[in-house]
Amino acid sequence: MPIIETKNLKKVYSEGDTKTFALQNTSFSVEDGEFVAVMGPSGSGKSTLLHILGFLDEQTSGKYLFEGKSFSDHSEEEIAHIRNAEMGFIFQSFNLLPRINVLENTKLPLIYSNVPESKWDNMAREAIESVGLTHRIDHEPSQLSGGEKQRAAIARALINKPKIIFADEPTGNLDSKSGKMIMEIIEKLNEDEGHTIILITHETYTAEHAQRIIRLHDGEIISDKKVRHRHSARKEEFKK
Amino acid sequence: MNIRYSFKTAISSLKTNKVRSFLTILGIVIGVTATILIMSIGEGAEGLILNQIGGMGADIVVIRPGKEPSGPSDMADTLFADSLKPRDVEALKRKNNVPDLVDITPIVIVSGSASYKRETYRPTIFGSDAEFMGKMMNLHPEEGAFFDEDDIKSIANVALIGSKVREELFGEENPIGKNIKIKDKSFRITSYLPAHGQTTFFNPDEMILLPYTTARLRLAGINHYHEIVTRASSPEAVDRMIQDIKMTLREQHKLSPTDKDDFFVVSQQGLVDQVKTITSALTIFLSSVVAISLIVGGIGVMNIMLVSVTERTREIGLRKSLGATKKDILLQFLFESMSLTATGGVISIILGALLSYATAFILTNFANLDWQFSFPVSAVAMGLGVATSVGLIFGIYPARQAAEKSPIEALRYE
Repeated sequence: MPIIETKNLKKVYSEGDTKTFALQNTSFSVEDGEFVAVMGPSGSGKSTLLHILGFLDEQTSGKYLFEGKSFSDHSEEEIAHIRNAEMGFIFQSFNLLPRINVLENTKLPLIYSNVPESKWDNMAREAIESVGLTHRIDHEPSQLSGGEKQRAAIARALINKPKIIFADEPTGNLDSKSGKMIMEIIEKLNEDEGHTIILITHETYTAEHAQRIIRLHDGEIISDKKVRHRHSARKEEFKK
Repeated sequence: MNIRYSFKTAISSLKTNKVRSFLTILGIVIGVTATILIMSIGEGAEGLILNQIGGMGADIVVIRPGKEPSGPSDMADTLFADSLKPRDVEALKRKNNVPDLVDITPIVIVSGSASYKRETYRPTIFGSDAEFMGKMMNLHPEEGAFFDEDDIKSIANVALIGSKVREELFGEENPIGKNIKIKDKSFRITSYLPAHGQTTFFNPDEMILLPYTTARLRLAGINHYHEIVTRASSPEAVDRMIQDIKMTLREQHKLSPTDKDDFFVVSQQGLVDQVKTITSALTIFLSSVVAISLIVGGIGVMNIMLVSVTERTREIGLRKSLGATKKDILLQFLFESMSLTATGGVISIILGALLSYATAFILTNFANLDWQFSFPVSAVAMGLGVATSVGLIFGIYPARQAAEKSPIEALRYE
């Protein structure tokens, strides 16, 4: 069973009489452990698609099954639990809470989980270590560089060891060096830890780190291909 | 989300906006402090008044002429009412009319000044039975003896004076056997009292006591009494005695069953009940004023919480994307508003205690009142309870607004 399966997915925003088709007849599936990039220019519907896949929004029509079940099969609490335990989100603008340090930011998903509080500290430290941010553990977001903020956000996304990680333009606000480092971490999550990754980007270069690229245009899939010549941030000469 | 963590989150978010948090709870603090102060002062005042009434004696019943006063204008009527006649006193004295009555004296109040040689003084002049008055108020002459039944019967021009009267008129001179003048009539001093101090109803030090017959006939020139004071055989007999007194006097005054009493009785229990009615009415009135201030304070809290929810829209979106349920978000903001107002409650309890103590201190030391500082436990419970409920009630709407936000719109919010 694929982890993600969509069929004729459609999302329509209506404002007054005008209707905007953010997604139309989108059908594809993603297997467990895949690394898929969703590409397209702005306004192509890629963020809308990510929101639907992340159970943050509901499609207007069509079908979306996450692990065989759709949004409407779940109660509000179950949806929250799925977002908490099985999905991880990485945002372009990091979305770290100001005035609390990296450790506390990383712990945030745990307070909504069933994990006992005694384990929170160790789990958070482990996640922070895996993104190489242990030396910044007591720093507040305002004291971090862009790349460090995104690493903190990745630590937060993977603390609950989710099956799937949704990354929405994770390098969009970063310089190329930090961007590379973020991509290296994301690759590692996919290859070493076996997380399924859905990466949203508008840059071909970034997209080519993935195994497969789905291109969107005006809400429709115009191509869905395996990447022949993958880039790998991990194999390039790269110093921390 | 567990309670301890919710609490921690709430406190840390309130701390980031210290000044705003403080200003927000100021309204609550003022309201709750005022309530605590009112409760404490109310209790203190009631204690003070009840203490003084207690000094009257549980077995004493005072009969006054006129209708029972229900307002200040009725009080004036009482002063001019003349329904208590000398023959009423004789009727009440008869054992078969009022079997529980053991002591009785009419009271005549005379206004005027007293003079001796060139000294003049304006005392409180009473006519009554000196022995009963002495017994009731625990007065003993420093020199001489109380005038007796014979003096009353013979309408003797004799007087008993208080220490202040003696000091003002005689100085160091011994007043016994001397004559003072009241309204151009001479009265011989037969005894005087040592210094006593203020009591609830009057100050014995400033008193001149005459036989009630003398005061009524020679000074006031009236055919009625201003008051009749009676004593029952025991405090338990008071209620029965009051019934007998009422029956006797109604009969004496030939009142038909439909007529209202043209007199009324005052007993310690009656006064206690009255004081309690008055203080509880005052407390209710003041509490309703305070309730309004709490509503105003609560609206302030609601306003700030709404601002806070809007400011933190992205945070709400993020928390939802990380797995927060609507309930989690609702509780987070409710906890925040309740922590805010509960903090106000704690501050109010401390402030309220300090202010009540200061009030008690000032009243005891500068107003010479026997004021007991009392800080009821109920005030502490009330302070915390009311403050927290205000946070709950006025926090629900903003918290619901937060909980209902759609995660993607919240995440997109700039």
